[in-house]
Amino acid sequence: MPALSLIGMDIPTPHIEYGLLMPFLMVVVAACLGVLVEALAPRPLRHSLQLLVAFLGIILALFVTILNWAGGDKAIIALGALSIDGPTYFLWTVLLVFAGVSFLIFAERRLEGNASAFTPSAAAVPGSTGEQEAIEARFEHTEVYPLAMFALSGMMLFPAANDLIMMFVGLEILSLPLYLLCGLARRRRLLSQESAMKYFLLGSLSSAIFVYGMALLYGFAGSFDLSAISDSLQSSTQKDGLLLAGMTLVGVGLLFKVGAVPFHSWTPDVYQGAPTPITGFMATCTKIAAFGALLRLFYVALGGLRWDWQPVMLVVALVTMFVGSVVGIAQTDLKRLLAYSSIGHAGFILVAVTAASQTGNGKPADSLSSVSSALFYLVAYSVATIGAFAIITMVRLRGGESTSLASWAGLGRRSPVTAAVFSLFMLSFAGIPLTGGFIGKWSVFAAGWAGGQQWLVVAAVVISLIAAVIYLRVIVTMFFTEPKADAPVAEVARPGWTTLVAVGFGVVATIVLGVYPGPVLDLAASAGEFLR
Amino acid sequence: MDPQAYIVMSAILFSIALLGVMIRRNVLIVFMCIELMLNASNLALVTFSRMHGSLDGQIAAFFVMVVAAAEVVVGLAIIVTIYRTRRSASVDDANLLKF
Repeated sequence: MPALSLIGMDIPTPHIEYGLLMPFLMVVVAACLGVLVEALAPRPLRHSLQLLVAFLGIILALFVTILNWAGGDKAIIALGALSIDGPTYFLWTVLLVFAGVSFLIFAERRLEGNASAFTPSAAAVPGSTGEQEAIEARFEHTEVYPLAMFALSGMMLFPAANDLIMMFVGLEILSLPLYLLCGLARRRRLLSQESAMKYFLLGSLSSAIFVYGMALLYGFAGSFDLSAISDSLQSSTQKDGLLLAGMTLVGVGLLFKVGAVPFHSWTPDVYQGAPTPITGFMATCTKIAAFGALLRLFYVALGGLRWDWQPVMLVVALVTMFVGSVVGIAQTDLKRLLAYSSIGHAGFILVAVTAASQTGNGKPADSLSSVSSALFYLVAYSVATIGAFAIITMVRLRGGESTSLASWAGLGRRSPVTAAVFSLFMLSFAGIPLTGGFIGKWSVFAAGWAGGQQWLVVAAVVISLIAAVIYLRVIVTMFFTEPKADAPVAEVARPGWTTLVAVGFGVVATIVLGVYPGPVLDLAASAGEFLR
Repeated sequence: MDPQAYIVMSAILFSIALLGVMIRRNVLIVFMCIELMLNASNLALVTFSRMHGSLDGQIAAFFVMVVAAAEVVVGLAIIVTIYRTRRSASVDDANLLKF
C-alpha cells in the first residue's frame, strides 16, 4: 500500500474482545431481529414476537453483563474505542434493567382497549380518513420495539466510549430512533409530531456542536482517544485556544443531552408531547447514558483541566437546580412538571460532577467518589421516574391520558392506592427520608462536600427545599383539594399486568433504596473509578 | 497553502450555519444549516488530520458523513409528516406546546 507507507503509518488488524462486547452485540442483534420480524412475521403475531425478541435480548445481555462484571474483567477494548470498566458495567446493568421496565410499559394494551399507546399509522395525517381506516383495521406500529432497542444499543455505547468518534456515534444511535419514537403517540398527535420536530432540530443542532468541539479537540491533541487527550494536556505548556473552545463545544453537546440549563428548553416540550411510555424511557435511560458520557469525558479526557471547567460547571449546576425547581412550581401539566423536575435532578447530579472528588484528585479515603454518588442518584431518580410515568398512563379522562394537574384534584379519594403510590414517588423526588431520593441526595451532597464545593452544597440543600414545594403541591392536589364543580375529573383505569409490574418495581425499589441502600451503594462505590 | 486558512474557513462556515439555525424560520433551511455545521466540522477534521499527519481525522469525517446521511433520513421523515399535517414548514407555526 504505497499511499499509506508514504504517510508512514500502518493500520493494525483490529482485535475485538467479543466476550466483553457481547452485551452490546446482543442488544444490536435483538434490534436487527426485530426488523426481520417486522418484515416477515404476519401482523397478528408481530406484537408478541417483538416482545419475545426484545426481552430475550435484554435478559441475555443483562446476564452476560453481570457475569463479566462478577468475573472482574476490566479492559480498554477494540483498539481503545471502548472502555469496559466499573462505571460501564454499572451503567449497562442499570440501562438494561430500566429499558426492560420501560418495555413493560410499552407493552400495555388494556388501557387503549386492546391496542398499544402508539399510533396505528404514523404516516396518516391526524384526523384524516386514512387514520380512521388504520384504526379500524387495528394496525399497529410494532416497530417501536426495534427502534427502542437500537436506541438502547446507542445508550450502551455512549457512556462506554473511550474515543470521541465512538462517543459521537453512540450519541447519534441513541438520538435518531428517539426522534422518531417521540412522534408516534396515538392521541394528541399534533403535539406528538411537534415534539418530534423540536427534539430533532435541537438534538441535531447539539450533536453538530458536539462534532465541531470534537474536531477542535482533535486539532489540539492529534488523537480522538480520551487518554491521549489527557496526556497532551499534561505535556502542553500553554493553554491552547483550540482546547478551551473544543472543551466548551463538546460540553454544550453533552449538557444538552442531560438537560442542563441553559440547554434545557427542549425537555418540557418533548416530555409533554412524546407518548408517555417513551417519555419514561427517555427520562430514565437517556439521562443515565448522558451522565455516564459526561463524567467519562470530563474526568478521563479533561480531568487535568478541571480548574478551568469547575467554575463553569458550578454555575451550570446552580442555575439548573434553580430553574428546574422554581419553574416547576408554576406548571399545570404533570408531564411538564416532571420534565422540570428532571431538569432539577440533573442539577443535583451536576453538584457531584462539579466536585470531581475522585481518588486521583485527593478524595478522602472513606468517602464516595463523585462517579459513585452520581451513579446511585441516577438509579434512585430513575426508579421513581419510571413509576411516576407508568402511573400517568393509567390516569385517564374520556379515553385519553389526563395530564392536567387540575383534573387530578381529589384523586386520593377516588383511587387511594394509586394516589398513595404516586405520592411515594413525589416524596422520593423531594428527598424525604426512607425513600431512595433521600439517600441519592445525601450521596451527591457528600461527594460535593468532600470535593471542596461546600458553598455549592449549601445552596443545593436550600434549593432542594424549594423543589419540595413542587412535589408537595401535587400531593396536596390529590388528597386535599376538591375538584372544581365544572372541571373534568380524571379516573384511574385498570391497566394490564405489565404496567402494574413496572409500577410495583418502582415502589419496591424506591423503598428498598431508601431503607436498605447498602448493597447498591456498595456496588456504586466499587464502580467509582474510570479506567484510563 | 497554509492549512490555517482552512480552519478559519471552517470556523466561518460553522458560524454562518449557527446563525442560520437561530434566525431562519423555515424548517428545511434550519435543517440545511445544521448539515452545513456538520460539513464545517468535516473540513476542520480533514485539515487537522493533514496538519497532524495522521489519518484519524479523515476517518472521523467518514463517520460524520454517514451519520449526517442517517440524520437526513430521519429528519426529512419528521419534516414531511409535520408538513402533511399542518401545510406549513415554519418552525413558528409549530407552537402548541408551551407553558
